[in-house]
Amino acid sequence: MSNVGIVIVSHSPLVAEGTADMVRQMVGDEVPLAWCGGNGHGGLGTSVEAIMGAIDKAWSEAGVAILVDLGGAETNSEMAVEMIGEPRSHKIVVCNAPIVEGAVMAATESSGGASLKEVVATAHELSPS
Amino acid sequence: MAAADFSRLIAAAANTIAAHAEELTALDQAIGDGDHGLNMKRGFEAVRAEADVFSAKPLPEALKAVGTKLVMTVGGASGPLFGTFFMALGKDLPTAPDRDRLTAAFGKAIEAVAARGKSQPGQKTMLDVLQPVYEALAQGKTAGEIADAADKAAEATVPMKALRGRASFLGERSIGHMDAGARSTALLVRAVAEAIEGN
Repeated sequence: MSNVGIVIVSHSPLVAEGTADMVRQMVGDEVPLAWCGGNGHGGLGTSVEAIMGAIDKAWSEAGVAILVDLGGAETNSEMAVEMIGEPRSHKIVVCNAPIVEGAVMAATESSGGASLKEVVATAHELSPS
Repeated sequence: MAAADFSRLIAAAANTIAAHAEELTALDQAIGDGDHGLNMKRGFEAVRAEADVFSAKPLPEALKAVGTKLVMTVGGASGPLFGTFFMALGKDLPTAPDRDRLTAAFGKAIEAVAARGKSQPGQKTMLDVLQPVYEALAQGKTAGEIADAADKAAEATVPMKALRGRASFLGERSIGHMDAGARSTALLVRAVAEAIEGN
Protein backbone atom coordinates (compact mmCIF):
# COMPACT_ATOMS: atom_id res chain seq x y z
CA MET A 1 0.00 0.00 0.00
CA SER A 2 1.34 3.45 -0.84
CA ASN A 3 -0.36 5.43 1.95
CA VAL A 4 1.63 6.24 5.09
CA GLY A 5 1.01 3.67 7.83
CA ILE A 6 -0.21 4.69 11.29
CA VAL A 7 0.84 2.93 14.51
CA ILE A 8 -0.88 3.68 17.82
CA VAL A 9 1.08 2.92 21.02
CA SER A 10 -0.64 3.34 24.38
CA HIS A 11 0.11 2.05 27.87
CA SER A 12 -3.45 0.68 27.80
CA PRO A 13 -4.59 -1.82 25.16
CA LEU A 14 -8.11 -0.42 25.55
CA VAL A 15 -6.98 3.11 24.72
CA ALA A 16 -4.91 1.87 21.76
CA GLU A 17 -7.72 -0.24 20.35
CA GLY A 18 -10.33 2.46 20.92
CA THR A 19 -8.16 5.03 19.17
CA ALA A 20 -7.70 2.61 16.25
CA ASP A 21 -11.49 2.17 16.07
CA MET A 22 -11.92 5.95 15.75
CA VAL A 23 -9.28 6.08 13.01
CA ARG A 24 -10.96 3.25 11.09
CA GLN A 25 -14.28 5.03 11.27
CA MET A 26 -12.69 8.16 9.81
CA VAL A 27 -10.57 6.66 7.03
CA GLY A 28 -11.83 3.11 6.49
CA ASP A 29 -9.25 0.66 5.17
CA GLU A 30 -7.33 3.15 3.03
CA VAL A 31 -4.54 3.47 5.55
CA PRO A 32 -2.34 0.70 6.96
CA LEU A 33 -3.07 0.77 10.68
CA ALA A 34 -1.84 -1.15 13.72
CA TRP A 35 -2.00 -0.65 17.46
CA CYS A 36 -0.42 -2.09 20.56
CA GLY A 37 -0.82 -1.47 24.27
CA GLY A 38 0.11 -3.09 27.55
CA ASN A 39 3.43 -4.44 28.78
CA GLY A 40 2.97 -7.89 27.24
CA HIS A 41 2.43 -9.42 30.67
CA GLY A 42 -1.14 -8.36 31.29
CA GLY A 43 -0.32 -5.00 32.87
CA LEU A 44 -0.30 -1.41 31.71
CA GLY A 45 2.82 -0.37 29.82
CA THR A 46 4.45 -0.64 26.44
CA SER A 47 6.62 -3.34 24.91
CA VAL A 48 9.40 -2.77 22.38
CA GLU A 49 8.69 -6.17 20.84
CA ALA A 50 4.98 -5.38 20.41
CA ILE A 51 5.78 -1.97 18.91
CA MET A 52 8.16 -3.58 16.40
CA GLY A 53 5.37 -6.01 15.49
CA ALA A 54 2.86 -3.18 15.01
CA ILE A 55 5.31 -1.29 12.77
CA ASP A 56 5.69 -4.43 10.63
CA LYS A 57 1.93 -4.80 10.42
CA ALA A 58 1.33 -1.18 9.38
CA TRP A 59 4.44 -1.04 7.19
CA SER A 60 4.22 1.02 4.03
CA GLU A 61 6.95 2.02 1.59
CA ALA A 62 5.63 5.57 2.11
CA GLY A 63 6.64 5.29 5.77
CA VAL A 64 5.02 4.91 9.17
CA ALA A 65 3.92 7.55 11.69
CA ILE A 66 3.72 6.45 15.34
CA LEU A 67 1.38 8.12 17.84
CA VAL A 68 2.14 7.58 21.54
CA ASP A 69 0.60 8.50 24.88
CA LEU A 70 2.94 8.90 27.89
CA GLY A 71 6.75 9.18 28.07
CA GLY A 72 7.54 5.47 28.28
CA ALA A 73 5.60 4.84 25.08
CA GLU A 74 7.80 7.40 23.34
CA THR A 75 11.04 5.95 24.74
CA ASN A 76 10.01 2.42 23.79
CA SER A 77 8.90 3.50 20.32
CA GLU A 78 12.22 5.22 19.68
CA MET A 79 14.01 2.08 20.84
CA ALA A 80 11.86 -0.05 18.52
CA VAL A 81 12.70 2.19 15.55
CA GLU A 82 16.40 1.93 16.38
CA MET A 83 16.21 -1.86 16.64
CA ILE A 84 14.41 -2.14 13.30
CA GLY A 85 17.42 -0.30 11.93
CA GLU A 86 18.33 1.09 8.55
CA PRO A 87 17.08 1.51 5.92
CA ARG A 88 13.50 1.22 7.26
CA SER A 89 14.19 3.36 10.35
CA HIS A 90 14.54 6.44 8.10
CA LYS A 91 10.90 6.06 7.12
CA ILE A 92 9.48 5.84 10.66
CA VAL A 93 8.67 8.90 12.79
CA VAL A 94 7.47 9.06 16.39
CA CYS A 95 5.06 12.02 16.43
CA ASN A 96 4.85 14.65 19.12
CA ALA A 97 1.07 14.93 19.30
CA PRO A 98 -1.90 13.93 21.49
CA ILE A 99 -2.55 10.25 20.76
CA VAL A 100 -6.23 10.29 19.78
CA GLU A 101 -6.36 13.58 17.88
CA GLY A 102 -2.93 12.93 16.39
CA ALA A 103 -3.86 9.47 15.11
CA VAL A 104 -7.11 10.65 13.56
CA MET A 105 -5.54 13.71 11.91
CA ALA A 106 -2.46 11.82 10.71
CA ALA A 107 -4.60 9.03 9.25
CA THR A 108 -6.89 11.51 7.52
CA GLU A 109 -3.87 13.20 5.96
CA SER A 110 -2.44 9.83 4.96
CA SER A 111 -5.69 8.68 3.36
CA GLY A 112 -5.40 11.60 0.94
CA GLY A 113 -2.03 10.27 -0.23
CA ALA A 114 0.15 12.75 1.67
CA SER A 115 3.86 12.08 2.24
CA LEU A 116 5.26 10.99 5.62
CA LYS A 117 6.57 14.52 6.15
CA GLU A 118 3.13 16.02 5.57
CA VAL A 119 1.42 13.43 7.79
CA VAL A 120 3.85 14.11 10.64
CA ALA A 121 3.52 17.89 10.21
CA THR A 122 -0.27 17.61 10.50
CA ALA A 123 0.04 15.64 13.74
CA HIS A 124 2.62 18.08 15.14
CA GLU A 125 0.31 21.05 14.52
CA LEU A 126 -1.83 19.71 17.37
CA SER A 127 0.98 20.16 19.90
CA PRO A 128 1.58 23.57 21.41
CA SER A 129 5.20 24.46 20.66
CA MET B 1 36.94 -11.72 30.81
CA ALA B 2 36.50 -15.46 31.27
CA ALA B 3 33.03 -16.88 30.64
CA ALA B 4 32.73 -18.02 34.26
CA ASP B 5 33.42 -14.47 35.46
CA PHE B 6 30.74 -12.95 33.24
CA SER B 7 28.27 -15.60 34.41
CA ARG B 8 29.09 -14.65 37.99
CA LEU B 9 28.38 -10.96 37.28
CA ILE B 10 25.03 -11.86 35.72
CA ALA B 11 24.13 -14.01 38.73
CA ALA B 12 25.14 -11.23 41.15
CA ALA B 13 23.03 -8.68 39.25
CA ALA B 14 19.99 -10.96 38.99
CA ASN B 15 20.29 -11.94 42.67
CA THR B 16 20.32 -8.39 43.98
CA ILE B 17 17.37 -7.35 41.78
CA ALA B 18 15.38 -10.41 42.89
CA ALA B 19 16.22 -9.78 46.56
CA HIS B 20 15.12 -6.14 46.36
CA ALA B 21 12.21 -6.44 43.90
CA GLU B 22 9.59 -5.61 46.53
CA GLU B 23 11.54 -2.61 47.78
CA LEU B 24 11.92 -1.30 44.20
CA THR B 25 8.22 -1.74 43.58
CA ALA B 26 7.40 0.11 46.80
CA LEU B 27 9.66 3.02 45.78
CA ASP B 28 8.02 3.11 42.36
CA GLN B 29 4.53 2.97 43.85
CA ALA B 30 5.29 6.16 45.76
CA ILE B 31 6.07 8.29 42.72
CA GLY B 32 5.78 6.12 39.59
CA ASP B 33 3.48 3.42 38.33
CA GLY B 34 4.60 0.70 40.73
CA ASP B 35 5.96 -1.87 38.32
CA HIS B 36 9.71 -1.28 38.52
CA GLY B 37 10.61 -4.17 40.83
CA LEU B 38 8.61 -6.74 38.92
CA ASN B 39 9.79 -5.45 35.54
CA MET B 40 13.47 -5.46 36.50
CA LYS B 41 13.17 -8.90 38.06
CA ARG B 42 11.56 -10.30 34.91
CA GLY B 43 14.33 -8.81 32.76
CA PHE B 44 17.25 -9.97 34.87
CA GLU B 45 15.79 -13.46 35.28
CA ALA B 46 15.55 -13.62 31.47
CA VAL B 47 19.22 -12.62 31.29
CA ARG B 48 20.11 -15.21 33.95
CA ALA B 49 18.30 -17.91 31.95
CA GLU B 50 20.68 -17.30 29.04
CA ALA B 51 23.79 -16.57 31.10
CA ASP B 52 25.70 -19.49 29.56
CA VAL B 53 24.99 -18.34 26.01
CA PHE B 54 25.90 -14.72 26.76
CA SER B 55 29.02 -15.61 28.71
CA ALA B 56 30.41 -17.64 25.80
CA LYS B 57 30.55 -14.47 23.68
CA PRO B 58 33.40 -11.92 23.69
CA LEU B 59 32.75 -9.20 26.32
CA PRO B 60 31.42 -6.50 23.92
CA GLU B 61 28.96 -8.91 22.29
CA ALA B 62 27.97 -10.35 25.66
CA LEU B 63 27.08 -6.88 26.98
CA LYS B 64 25.12 -6.06 23.83
CA ALA B 65 23.19 -9.33 24.17
CA VAL B 66 22.38 -8.51 27.81
CA GLY B 67 21.16 -5.05 26.76
CA THR B 68 18.99 -6.39 23.96
CA LYS B 69 17.46 -8.98 26.28
CA LEU B 70 16.64 -6.28 28.85
CA VAL B 71 15.04 -4.07 26.18
CA MET B 72 12.80 -6.94 25.13
CA THR B 73 11.86 -8.26 28.55
CA VAL B 74 11.86 -5.50 31.19
CA GLY B 75 8.95 -3.55 29.71
CA GLY B 76 8.14 -0.03 30.75
CA ALA B 77 10.61 2.74 30.05
CA SER B 78 13.26 1.03 32.20
CA GLY B 79 13.83 -1.66 29.56
CA PRO B 80 15.15 0.69 26.88
CA LEU B 81 17.05 2.78 29.46
CA PHE B 82 18.91 -0.08 31.17
CA GLY B 83 19.14 -1.95 27.87
CA THR B 84 20.67 1.05 26.13
CA PHE B 85 23.26 1.32 28.91
CA PHE B 86 24.54 -2.24 28.39
CA MET B 87 24.31 -2.06 24.60
CA ALA B 88 26.29 1.18 24.52
CA LEU B 89 28.82 -0.13 27.06
CA GLY B 90 29.42 -3.18 24.87
CA LYS B 91 29.79 -1.05 21.78
CA ASP B 92 32.67 0.93 23.22
CA LEU B 93 34.57 -1.76 25.13
CA PRO B 94 37.43 -3.85 23.77
CA THR B 95 37.45 -7.58 24.52
CA ALA B 96 39.83 -7.14 27.45
CA PRO B 97 39.43 -3.58 28.74
CA ASP B 98 41.74 -1.88 31.23
CA ARG B 99 40.44 0.67 33.74
CA ASP B 100 40.80 3.59 31.33
CA ARG B 101 38.89 1.90 28.54
CA LEU B 102 36.16 0.81 30.96
CA THR B 103 35.84 4.37 32.27
CA ALA B 104 35.65 5.80 28.76
CA ALA B 105 33.03 3.26 27.66
CA PHE B 106 31.04 3.87 30.86
CA GLY B 107 30.99 7.57 30.00
CA LYS B 108 29.71 6.83 26.49
CA ALA B 109 27.03 4.53 27.91
CA ILE B 110 25.84 7.33 30.22
CA GLU B 111 25.56 9.66 27.22
CA ALA B 112 23.49 7.03 25.40
CA VAL B 113 21.11 6.66 28.38
CA ALA B 114 20.79 10.45 28.64
CA ALA B 115 19.94 10.66 24.93
CA ARG B 116 17.44 7.80 25.15
CA GLY B 117 15.65 9.36 28.13
CA LYS B 118 16.16 12.95 26.93
CA SER B 119 17.44 13.58 30.42
CA GLN B 120 20.50 14.74 32.32
CA PRO B 121 21.85 14.39 35.87
CA GLY B 122 19.91 16.36 38.49
CA GLN B 123 16.46 15.26 37.30
CA LYS B 124 15.95 12.40 39.79
CA THR B 125 16.78 9.47 37.53
CA MET B 126 19.28 6.63 37.18
CA LEU B 127 21.69 9.18 35.68
CA ASP B 128 22.10 10.65 39.15
CA VAL B 129 23.79 7.39 40.19
CA LEU B 130 25.59 6.63 36.93
CA GLN B 131 27.36 10.00 36.82
CA PRO B 132 29.00 9.79 40.31
CA VAL B 133 29.94 6.15 39.56
CA TYR B 134 31.65 7.34 36.39
CA GLU B 135 33.52 9.99 38.37
CA ALA B 136 34.58 7.43 40.98
CA LEU B 137 35.80 5.14 38.19
CA ALA B 138 37.75 8.00 36.63
CA GLN B 139 39.32 8.88 40.00
CA GLY B 140 40.65 5.34 40.41
CA LYS B 141 38.46 4.51 43.43
CA THR B 142 38.24 0.91 44.68
CA ALA B 143 35.23 -1.29 43.98
CA GLY B 144 33.99 -0.80 47.55
CA GLU B 145 34.32 2.98 47.29
CA ILE B 146 32.47 2.97 43.98
CA ALA B 147 29.61 0.92 45.48
CA ASP B 148 29.42 3.35 48.42
CA ALA B 149 29.36 6.31 46.04
CA ALA B 150 26.45 4.69 44.18
CA ASP B 151 24.45 4.18 47.39
CA LYS B 152 25.10 7.74 48.47
CA ALA B 153 24.05 9.04 45.07
CA ALA B 154 20.79 7.07 45.18
CA GLU B 155 20.09 8.54 48.65
CA ALA B 156 20.74 11.98 47.22
CA THR B 157 17.77 11.60 44.84
CA VAL B 158 15.38 11.71 47.85
CA PRO B 159 15.18 15.52 48.11
CA MET B 160 15.24 16.01 44.34
CA LYS B 161 12.22 17.03 42.31
CA ALA B 162 11.52 14.66 39.42
CA LEU B 163 11.76 16.30 36.01
CA ARG B 164 11.58 13.21 33.79
CA GLY B 165 9.39 10.13 33.58
CA ARG B 166 6.12 9.36 35.29
CA ALA B 167 7.31 10.84 38.58
CA SER B 168 7.59 14.28 36.95
CA PHE B 169 3.77 14.47 36.77
CA LEU B 170 3.83 14.70 40.56
CA GLY B 171 6.06 17.78 40.56
CA GLU B 172 6.77 18.89 44.13
CA ARG B 173 5.16 15.72 45.51
CA SER B 174 8.03 13.66 44.09
CA ILE B 175 10.29 15.28 46.69
CA GLY B 176 11.00 13.05 49.71
CA HIS B 177 11.08 9.73 47.85
CA MET B 178 14.10 7.91 46.44
CA ASP B 179 13.99 7.36 42.68
CA ALA B 180 13.41 3.68 41.96
CA GLY B 181 15.69 3.66 38.92
CA ALA B 182 18.48 5.31 40.92
CA ARG B 183 18.08 2.65 43.61
CA SER B 184 18.17 -0.27 41.17
CA THR B 185 21.22 1.24 39.48
CA ALA B 186 23.01 1.50 42.84
CA LEU B 187 22.07 -2.12 43.64
CA LEU B 188 23.52 -3.29 40.32
CA VAL B 189 26.70 -1.26 40.79
CA ARG B 190 27.28 -2.75 44.26
CA ALA B 191 26.55 -6.31 43.09
CA VAL B 192 28.93 -6.06 40.15
CA ALA B 193 31.61 -4.21 42.14
CA GLU B 194 31.55 -6.83 44.91
CA ALA B 195 31.59 -9.69 42.39
CA ILE B 196 34.63 -8.20 40.65
CA GLU B 197 36.35 -7.45 43.98
CA GLY B 198 35.83 -11.08 45.03
CA ASN B 199 37.96 -12.26 42.10
